[in-house]
Amino acid sequence: MSGVRVLVGTRKGGFVLTSDEKRQEWHVDGPHFAGWEIFHMTGSPVAPDRLYASQTSGWFGQVIQRSDDGGTTWEPVGNEFLYEGDIGTHLHYDDTPRPWEFKRVWHLEPSLHDPETVYAGAEDASLFKSTDGGGTWSELTGLRRHGTGETWTPGAAGLALHTIMLDGADPQRMFVAVSAAGAFRSEDGGATWKAINRGLVSGNELPDPDAEVGHCVHRLAMHPSRPDVLFMQKHWDVMRSDDAGDSWHEVSGELPSDFGFPIAVHAHEPDTVYVVPIKSDSEHFPPDGKLRVYRSRTGGNEWEPLTKGLPQKDCYVNVLRDAMAVDTLDTCGIYFGTTGGQVYASPDGGDNFAPIVRDLPAVYSVEVQTLP
Amino acid sequence: MILVRLPYHLRNLAGVGSQIELDVAAPVTHRAVLDALESRYPMLRGTIRDHVTHARRPFVRFFACEEDLSNDPPDTPLPAEVVDGCEPYMIVGAMAGG
Repeated sequence: MSGVRVLVGTRKGGFVLTSDEKRQEWHVDGPHFAGWEIFHMTGSPVAPDRLYASQTSGWFGQVIQRSDDGGTTWEPVGNEFLYEGDIGTHLHYDDTPRPWEFKRVWHLEPSLHDPETVYAGAEDASLFKSTDGGGTWSELTGLRRHGTGETWTPGAAGLALHTIMLDGADPQRMFVAVSAAGAFRSEDGGATWKAINRGLVSGNELPDPDAEVGHCVHRLAMHPSRPDVLFMQKHWDVMRSDDAGDSWHEVSGELPSDFGFPIAVHAHEPDTVYVVPIKSDSEHFPPDGKLRVYRSRTGGNEWEPLTKGLPQKDCYVNVLRDAMAVDTLDTCGIYFGTTGGQVYASPDGGDNFAPIVRDLPAVYSVEVQTLP
Repeated sequence: MILVRLPYHLRNLAGVGSQIELDVAAPVTHRAVLDALESRYPMLRGTIRDHVTHARRPFVRFFACEEDLSNDPPDTPLPAEVVDGCEPYMIVGAMAGG
C-alpha cells in the first residue's frame, strides 16, 4: 500500500508524519533532535529511506544528520563547511564590507540520480556539495565568486541560500535563490552561474529598476516535466519565467497580497500553482486574519482562494518559504506548516485541508515523500 | 583520567551520559582535553570550537573548580584537581536567549 511521509523541521526539533494514501489517519513521530532548530529535513528521490536533516543551534553550531531507515534512527555526519580560497567580502546591512562567514545550512537538496550526492544551501549565501552522503562537503565556489557576490546584502533573516532546484532532464542545470541577491542558474553542474533576475522589479528595495542582483527572492518552484517554466514568490510579486529564468513577468493577478514566502506546483498539472499570501513585509500574517492558500490553474494571473479546513478568522501565523510541499499520489496532496505549529494537509489538490498536527513548535520546513 | 561534563544537547549528540572519562596525556590543557574529546566523539567537532581556528564558540564556556576558565589561552594547564580526576572539566552552554 502506498503512502506518504511528511518531514517537518521546526524551531525545536524534527518530526516525521506518516499516513497511507488516504491521508486521513496520521502517525506522528518525534521530536527528533529535541531542542535544536531543524531548518530542513528531506529525503533522496532515488533512495527514499535516505534522509538528511540540518540541525542548528546558536550555542553549538551546525550538525548534519543522516538516516538510512526512513527516520527511525539517525547519525551525525559531516558538519565542516569551509569557504574555499580567498574568503572575500559581501555587504552588510549598513553597506560595509563583511567577510563571508558560515552560519548554518538552510536547505538540503539530494541529487535526483545518486543517493550519495546532496547539495547544501548555506548562510552566508553559498552552495556546498557532498558526494559521500554528507560525510564531507566542498564549496561550489563559482556562485559566491559570481562577479556580483561582493555586492550581495542580507535579507532580514540573513544572507541565505535557501532554494536549490535540480533539473531532472539535464543533470548539469540547477537553479538557486539567495535572499537578498536573487536567482541564479548554472548550466555546468554548479561550476559557473548566471544571475537570472531580468524582469524583477523591487522598487521599494532597489532604486535601480534594472538591478542585476539585490532582489529578495523568497522561493522558486517548477514542474519536473517543464523545467524551462519557473515560478517565483518574490518579497513582493509572484513571478513566472518561460525561458528558464532569462526573463520574468508578474502573474500576481488579483491576489489579496502578492507578498509571501512559499510557492509550489501541483505534481500532475504543471500550470497549477499554489501560494500563501501574507499581508506585508511589515506584518507577517495572512490578510484579514484568514489563512488562505491561493491556487492558480492557469499558470498564474487567475487565482482562487482555498479555505476549507483552514481558519478564517483570528489567524496570525506565517508560512515560511520551505514549509510547503506536494506529494505525487494520483490526487495530489498539498501540505504546509505554520509558525503557529500547525501542519495542514489536503489530499485533494487543495480543495479540503485538515490539520495533521496543531501544536508543534514553529514550523520551518515541510517536505513530502510519496512512498511505494 | 579526566572527567568531562557535557551540556545536555551535546550529551544527546554524542550519545553519552552526563560525565565522560577521558585519557589525556600530559600536559593536560584545554586543547589537549578537547582534542581527546573530539577524537573519541567526532560528532562533537565544530560544536564546541571552530573546526579550523579552534576558537571557542561564543556561547560555550569552560568551568572547573568553581572557576570560569573560558578565556584561558588553549594551552593553559588545567587545575591539578582536574588533572587528578577529582574535579570535572565542565563544558557549559552559556545562559542566553531568555
